[in-house]
Amino acid sequence: MNPRTAAVFETARHEGRAALIGYLPAGFPTVDASIELIQTMFAGGVDLVEVGLPYSDPLMDGPAIQQAVETALAAGVTTTDVMRVVSEVAPAENQAVVVMSYWNPIERYGQSRFANDLHAAGGSGVITPDLIPEESGEWIEATNAAGIDRTFLVAPSSTDARIDRVASACTGFVYAASTMGVTGARDQVSSAAPELVARVRPFTDAPIGVGLGVSSARQAADIAGYANAVIVGSAFVRRILDSPDIDSAKAAVRDFAAELAAGVRAGGSLR
Amino acid sequence: MTATEESTGHFGPYGGRFVPEALMAALDELEAAFDAATADPLFAHELSELERDYTGRPSPLTRARRFEEHCGGARVYLKREDLNHTGSHKINNVLGQALLTKRMGKSRIIAETGAGQHGVASATAAALMGLECVVYMGLEDTKRQALNVARMELLGATVVPVETGSQTLKDAINEAMRDWVTNVNHTHYLLGTVTGPSPFPRMVRHFHSVIGTESRKQILEVEGRLPDAVVACVGGGSNAMGLFSGFMDDPQVRLVGYEAGGEGVETGKHAARFAVGAPGVLHGARTYVMQDEWGQTVPSHSISAGLDYPGVGPEHAWLHDTGRATYEPVTDAQAMEAFSLMSRTEGIIPAIETAHALAGAMRLGRELGPDSVIVVNLSGRGDKDVVTAAQWFGMDIG
Ligand SMILES: Cc1ncc(COP(=O)(O)O)c(C=O)c1O
Repeated sequence: MNPRTAAVFETARHEGRAALIGYLPAGFPTVDASIELIQTMFAGGVDLVEVGLPYSDPLMDGPAIQQAVETALAAGVTTTDVMRVVSEVAPAENQAVVVMSYWNPIERYGQSRFANDLHAAGGSGVITPDLIPEESGEWIEATNAAGIDRTFLVAPSSTDARIDRVASACTGFVYAASTMGVTGARDQVSSAAPELVARVRPFTDAPIGVGLGVSSARQAADIAGYANAVIVGSAFVRRILDSPDIDSAKAAVRDFAAELAAGVRAGGSLR
Repeated sequence: MTATEESTGHFGPYGGRFVPEALMAALDELEAAFDAATADPLFAHELSELERDYTGRPSPLTRARRFEEHCGGARVYLKREDLNHTGSHKINNVLGQALLTKRMGKSRIIAETGAGQHGVASATAAALMGLECVVYMGLEDTKRQALNVARMELLGATVVPVETGSQTLKDAINEAMRDWVTNVNHTHYLLGTVTGPSPFPRMVRHFHSVIGTESRKQILEVEGRLPDAVVACVGGGSNAMGLFSGFMDDPQVRLVGYEAGGEGVETGKHAARFAVGAPGVLHGARTYVMQDEWGQTVPSHSISAGLDYPGVGPEHAWLHDTGRATYEPVTDAQAMEAFSLMSRTEGIIPAIETAHALAGAMRLGRELGPDSVIVVNLSGRGDKDVVTAAQWFGMDIG
């Protein structure tokens, strides 16, 4: 595991809690504002930020994230901007930044080049929601060589054989999709999540994060009771979309991060 | 010879599965159901009865004697998929997948549609088999194909206009994928062409292979020899794959696909994936994709909604690279000229998608010369395109 990612989970474990992971697309609402908003997330208590690489065909995303990435793309954000965001957020010692990207932009940029540039920018890993280990031969070599983590997803529909395959291919944390569906805040995180995490455990020692639909401190506390990380995306994006200006967006993001940070501390932790 | 690693869902470096993990179980289930069905004589029997009694197969092969005069003296035969029930080749695939849906015990189908032909065919099969049907269609396309929207609704389907992105076929596919990943338990995604993650490309080709099988038999009967070329328009590439599959192992038969050249490849407003695209990943498969230097999909353009798509079936990508098939752009203007000619010389109003293949045949006939034999896939009829054509030709239809 990349040392920065390792430090995040080590700190959380030491404090007897789950880690808090937040997602925000680079370039939303602008490149500079996204840097400030990510720094605000860290200041509010987020341990690891997933910087989203805006993509024209986000087929795993619901309306909030679709709208955010459309804004970013319309303003012309590129992969180079994403690298700049990663390098400028400059997280503290026990914090880390990873990139969340659909596959085609990475393939187009060049797999090794992407992994190396991300490492140089201070990023610690990449989450690829539409890439399965079977299609990842070159990516596994590129990320190993660059020393950045790979995170693939498991889903409630995954068979044990697939969970084994996916979990073994991850070098950072394992991303457990809580529900069958796309990103977007939900009132309830499905009961499938605890069961899925329990099914993944036997196959890996890596930390397991739960995401998709998490939108409140209460849900964060629940998930912190059985997972190593709580992942929140659309609910952050929604708060920014609903804010009239950047200052109120920052205030909303800071407050929400703090609520969630209290949530992950209220829940029990497994390890 | 075409599919180097078909068992893993690849065609050379193309194809594969680039999908959220949540869909992997459904793709495995579909693949198993498809392989079991194709090994089951009962399934083949059920499907061929439907093709005969419901679709009206075999479709005729019609010699286009007056149209030929514009094709450099070549003998041109039309494979009449326009005469199928619902008016295009799309029904072949839809009936096969709808039967599979029932075998898998699912009660709901979803589909994407561009021209509306696949949506109409899906709504038709859903009505026939008692399945719930939801069709995703770009808002832009619901406007240019209003007649087909009404047909789908009359058949009992729900049409959902998609307002994201470029509001065309590619965005309708995104929305269908989102629905599928959410409702995959009881829903089958009835994908309408030879694109998408494995097993869709080989499965959809299989259900359309009846076009190639019939054509080969029919042309041998009338001409006593194989054609010099078989040609088709290529949106996702299903009608082309169906025709090509019958001649794949006949190396003397040229396979030619015509993609939408729009307002001209040099204008950037087209869907000529092989002219300007580069290998990449779109909608679950590696293939040729119209994309910018950052891997963002570039919107396509064509007068024909059914060819207006920035990706193409992965097997076509492989046939292109190996040289077994060739692909050329046909502009809106060339297609509309062929549309008019076919209507006036043969009494057949073709779909505008199909008109691209007809323009291609005119070009190819002049190249191959007198006494050459060309089979064109007449993939669909043009009723749905009457308004677009009237606008193009400056007619006043009130
Ligand atoms: C009549 C007709 N031909 C061709 C196409 C293009 O699809 P494909 O390339 O999959 O055959 C369509 C698509 O809507 C169509 O309606």
